[in-house]
Amino acid sequence: MNPMGANAVAEARRWYWMRISSMVLAVCVLVHLATVVYAVRGGLSAGEILGRTRGSITFAAFYGVFVIACAIHVPIGVESVVREWLGASPRTARVVGWLAALAIAVLGLRAVYAVVAA
Amino acid sequence: MTTRLIVSVWRGTAQGAFVTYEVPRQESQTVLDVVTYIQRHLEPSLSYRYACRVGMCGSCAMTVNGIARWTCRTHVSKVADGAGLEIAPLANLPVIKDLATDMTAFFDKWARAKGQFKGDRTRHDDFARVEPKSKARQAADAGIECIGCGVCYAACDVVTWRPDFLGPAALNRAWTLVNDERDVEGRERLRAVAGDAGCHACHTQGSCTERCPKQIAPTSAIAGLKRVTARAAVRGKL
Repeated sequence: MNPMGANAVAEARRWYWMRISSMVLAVCVLVHLATVVYAVRGGLSAGEILGRTRGSITFAAFYGVFVIACAIHVPIGVESVVREWLGASPRTARVVGWLAALAIAVLGLRAVYAVVAA
Repeated sequence: MTTRLIVSVWRGTAQGAFVTYEVPRQESQTVLDVVTYIQRHLEPSLSYRYACRVGMCGSCAMTVNGIARWTCRTHVSKVADGAGLEIAPLANLPVIKDLATDMTAFFDKWARAKGQFKGDRTRHDDFARVEPKSKARQAADAGIECIGCGVCYAACDVVTWRPDFLGPAALNRAWTLVNDERDVEGRERLRAVAGDAGCHACHTQGSCTERCPKQIAPTSAIAGLKRVTARAAVRGKL
């Protein structure tokens, strides 16, 4: 078998996930920006934000999806950057990618929980 | 137009230095004309490579003022910085001597990307009839005129970062064959060009497309390979 065949399927899938997650992120970023612009029209306070987000399943679902899409999208790119710019081995790059995914998922979901939980 | 050109030419291998020569300026002079003048009149030991002089063979590519170009079709007037010209060997390839690079790795990668056509018809079969307007035929047409000059390969940052990367020319060739409906090695080829030394390493920076002297767009060929390999992987056919 071609020496690259072993990772061919994995790489093709990773590209696919990156593409799908980028489509989700494109929508999320637009919705997020529109929400920000709309929400700050009459000035903004922490109390006002929390008043809207607490207990809102819509908020939780939207930002939950946003965070998960980031956690899928970012590590794949980070891995390439670490390999190409820092000269790391594929294995090290993979570990850094996973750590980035974990950090984004944990910190992001924690933040979502913090503004949504009553 | 100045009457003389001040030309810095790389002499040596990986180790070496630029040596400056004065070359008479001519009208409609190409960069290859300049290099040939230097070798015939000033520096007989200067090594460089060319064959057809008319943009067909792909052997005369060099780095001219920092940019990879085919020298036989590059007019001095288009690239000279005043009277100055700097000519170096192609990047991303080992230098044999002066302006001649070792293109072994470049062409080996065409083979690794399964750049050979493989059909299943014999001389006893009828001709294949390919609809000229079909999407696949048009996609193959877009990339088929590659002359293998190595300009795209030298212009590609990903090749610099990952010497294992197949590079734009090999992937462009693979894409033309993926779209060749007579070819029977499609699946093997997709396996060969997928992976992190293959099409998925490309960041779509587009230097290859920007620099290709034949106006081919390897970037879109690579994007096509990414699409087709992803589809095959999702369907379990990779």
